[in-house]
Amino acid sequence: MDRRVFMKSGAMALVTMGLSPSFLRRTAFGAQLARGASLGGAARGKTLICLFQRGAADALNVVVPFGEKAYYALRPNLAIAAPARASGSAGAIDLDGFFGLHPALAPLAPLWTRGMLAPVHAVGSPSATRSHFDAQDYMESGTPDVKGTRDGWLNRYLALRGTCEAGCVHGAPSPFRAVAMTAQTPRILEGPEPAIAMSSLEEFSVRATGSAAERLEALYRAGQADVVHAAGGEMFEAMRILRAADPQRYAPRNGATYPRSPFGQRLKQIAQLIRSDVGLEVAFADVGGWDTHVNQGSATGQLAARLDDFAQAIVALVADLDDRMSDVAIMTMSEFGRTARQNGSGGTDHGHATALFVIGGDVKGGKVHGRWPGLEPEQLHEGRDLALTTDFRSVFSEVAAKHLGAKRLDALFPGYAGGETSWVGVL
Amino acid sequence: MPLPIRAIAAPALVTLAALAGCASPASGPASAPTPARRDAYVVVPPSGPREQTPDQQVHHVLDRLGFGPRPGDVERVRELGVDRWIALQLAPDRIDDRKTDAFVASAYPAYHLATEDLVESAQAVQQAVRRRARDLAQKGDSAGRRDARAEALRADPALREEARRTRRVVADAQAAKLARAVASERQLQEVMTDFWENHFSVYSGKGLTRLFIPSYDRDVIRPRALGRFRDLLGAVAKSPAMLFYLDQARSMVDSTHAPLRGGRSRRLAAPRRPRGLNENYARELMELHTLGVDGGYTQHDVIEVARALTGWTMNAREGGTFEFRPALHDADAKTVLGHRMPAARGIEDGEEVLDLLARSPATAHHIARKLAVRFVSDDPPPALVERAARTFLDTDGDIRETVRTIVTSPEFFSRSAYRAKVKSPFELVASALRATGASPDSTPRTARAVASLGAPIFGRQSPDGWPETGDAWMNAGAILDRINFGVALAAGRLPGASPARTAELERLRSAPRAEQADAVVDALLGGEASPATREILLRGESPLEMVGLALGAPEFQRR
Repeated sequence: MDRRVFMKSGAMALVTMGLSPSFLRRTAFGAQLARGASLGGAARGKTLICLFQRGAADALNVVVPFGEKAYYALRPNLAIAAPARASGSAGAIDLDGFFGLHPALAPLAPLWTRGMLAPVHAVGSPSATRSHFDAQDYMESGTPDVKGTRDGWLNRYLALRGTCEAGCVHGAPSPFRAVAMTAQTPRILEGPEPAIAMSSLEEFSVRATGSAAERLEALYRAGQADVVHAAGGEMFEAMRILRAADPQRYAPRNGATYPRSPFGQRLKQIAQLIRSDVGLEVAFADVGGWDTHVNQGSATGQLAARLDDFAQAIVALVADLDDRMSDVAIMTMSEFGRTARQNGSGGTDHGHATALFVIGGDVKGGKVHGRWPGLEPEQLHEGRDLALTTDFRSVFSEVAAKHLGAKRLDALFPGYAGGETSWVGVL
Repeated sequence: MPLPIRAIAAPALVTLAALAGCASPASGPASAPTPARRDAYVVVPPSGPREQTPDQQVHHVLDRLGFGPRPGDVERVRELGVDRWIALQLAPDRIDDRKTDAFVASAYPAYHLATEDLVESAQAVQQAVRRRARDLAQKGDSAGRRDARAEALRADPALREEARRTRRVVADAQAAKLARAVASERQLQEVMTDFWENHFSVYSGKGLTRLFIPSYDRDVIRPRALGRFRDLLGAVAKSPAMLFYLDQARSMVDSTHAPLRGGRSRRLAAPRRPRGLNENYARELMELHTLGVDGGYTQHDVIEVARALTGWTMNAREGGTFEFRPALHDADAKTVLGHRMPAARGIEDGEEVLDLLARSPATAHHIARKLAVRFVSDDPPPALVERAARTFLDTDGDIRETVRTIVTSPEFFSRSAYRAKVKSPFELVASALRATGASPDSTPRTARAVASLGAPIFGRQSPDGWPETGDAWMNAGAILDRINFGVALAAGRLPGASPARTAELERLRSAPRAEQADAVVDALLGGEASPATREILLRGESPLEMVGLALGAPEFQRR
């Protein structure tokens, strides 16, 4: 990387030392702002929304293998009844005669019927770790069992994608190109490419009103060419864009009702940003409460309550975005699954392979993807967990390539040898 | 390199110390190891004309060797002289800091507990919760884990106290560290503590690590921040915080090698999960802590280092202290970086690896460069890095002398180094509190402000630590957060900080706006502000609003 660059921009000629390419792009952006370039609606491109279920969601009760006899032997109290056997709404929602959805995911059933929902089963990380912290780290950095990786894979995506279709105007990236609805930048978006982390759109504002607010924002209006002013210029422009989008008066479409929960509100704001055409390309939100070691319940109970909120929020987003869903893909993930066998406390413990959903975009819905390894004793991983048949990087690569158009997949997931041949065909 | 001049005799020292605003020199904090000898006090005069003006030099040293000036600091350093102030800061045991020690001792109870006590408390709580959960399960009442915990705590006030202290342990450690940065007279020692805690970064959120954090800050890093690198490296390698965080504690000889005979011979039962060598710490030891990513080691070296360090673990039952366990140690011969180590040795293997790494020229260069980045600029002049590395090698890893080489250099005082660095969140908060004359916060609130700016103290998940260069900190969201922090501070929303009540602002209330703006620029922006910033300050409707504006201004983001 050439660390000394001459930069000429209009009236400014500067020698800048030791600056990374991302800074230079942002300086160009800042310089444009200084020239009073206005940002209109960004070109409409693709958006990927990643949703992380932190705590290791119990995949076997989320995408239920009711066709697998061993499932019921392993979970005498926790197993979800097969669709045929259930009375009322206590049974799995039939997907393909072998797999079903947990009944609390009923809101997602219409998405399945419309071909917009693609579960992938027995997917996950090859790492043997059962530490939440480590496994989340690996899934977000995209490098299982490698702890030194500094950036998250979504940040690498932003860097590799370079010139943007989605989040750009006049060749410069929008400040809202990557947004995490989290208080701090999540690991998955850590890295040199700028990303905004905000707990809510309301939070993303200057904590003052009227002329005082104007004065604070004005501190960064002058676009000088250094990192601080470039970032400030982005902020100034981001505020302008947000005000134009007028989030206060946002009305979800199609009667979409987002749950009042924090997760529901996060998805509502992501939808808001998408519909406001601010150039959102990559969005991230997470939700906890999945670590069900004790008393997880079966058709009802702890896990069911989490799934209900999860499903309602996703379905509201899909309804709200309406025809824009062809450009939007949602991908859920969790750091690992849980033990096939129930434990002595009415719950399950840390497992291995898990399941995820890809929703929207040009997803090949109506099918449960991946290769099902079975739950017979000799088929379990270490005699206790669902075995892995698809590396998560395979699915992430496929989505990044086919939905977002990413090309340099080897750089996206360094150290991952599986190429296109490993793709399960979810898109 | 010119020889340092030992210029000051003891009586004059007392006078200088008094001028620096300190009482007579006293010895270090009670918890530190008694130093074998006094810190070297050496005044290095300029080797030639300096590019920065005398006034800039004063601001510069306060911003780089400390967390920015408090009201009155600029005058004090100007009077003492920049070179003498540098010499004094490099000899912290000659600076009386008892007031800060007393404050920290009283304000943060959980921070002062011994690790053994914290571990015992955590275990007591865990056992009580398990017992309660079992009882409930047996009675057929399958309450969730949280209910069992609530019940166990409700039933036993002593247990409640133990739970509370383990919960508060990180918050107290964060607040204590921040308090020292704000209040300590030994500013450089605090800067170096922050530097090394970032270099040897551990994550408080990983399991039990949080219980080991107070000792890590208090006993491992701070007392050695300006000492010998090898001492620091060894103390970190044996610290429960690092042993746990990077999994060294669970690393053991794998099935292809022989354990060391001796110690408790006990046949290990068939492991429930794969056990053996854990390379995590070995890799980061070389990549991050010593040689650097291009330092010339191979994957084979990582394995050999991991093998050498097997047995370096901690005793969970005895409160998490370091223990070398022979039964876990790989006793076969090893070769690390071309260096042969014979078989049948114990803890010596690990010690020798640390010796090798500490002495390597690659380490000298890696550390020297990181220090130059912290003290000079994001892309420091290679010639300076070379000289600092040479000092490191010549002094067998003397951190004090290496830093001295850097902060007395012409490059340090160059015009291009002035205001060249972007403040990290920690530096921003500490400098804002100092600049407004705030007292340290005995509540967790201000530490949370640091977290909201993107860098929770002891909260970096990956072992590489927070970035040391500006481009990593600057983005749209960060600027907004920093602006809002300034607003909150000016509005008196941070405990200990009430700018509205400072005498200076009282006096300014009736002054004309231009005078108000000038005073704010002097107090908070080192007397230098762009016309754009000045123009905005002039539009501020009160001196207090100007303080908020100044704290959020681009100039305040730099040091």
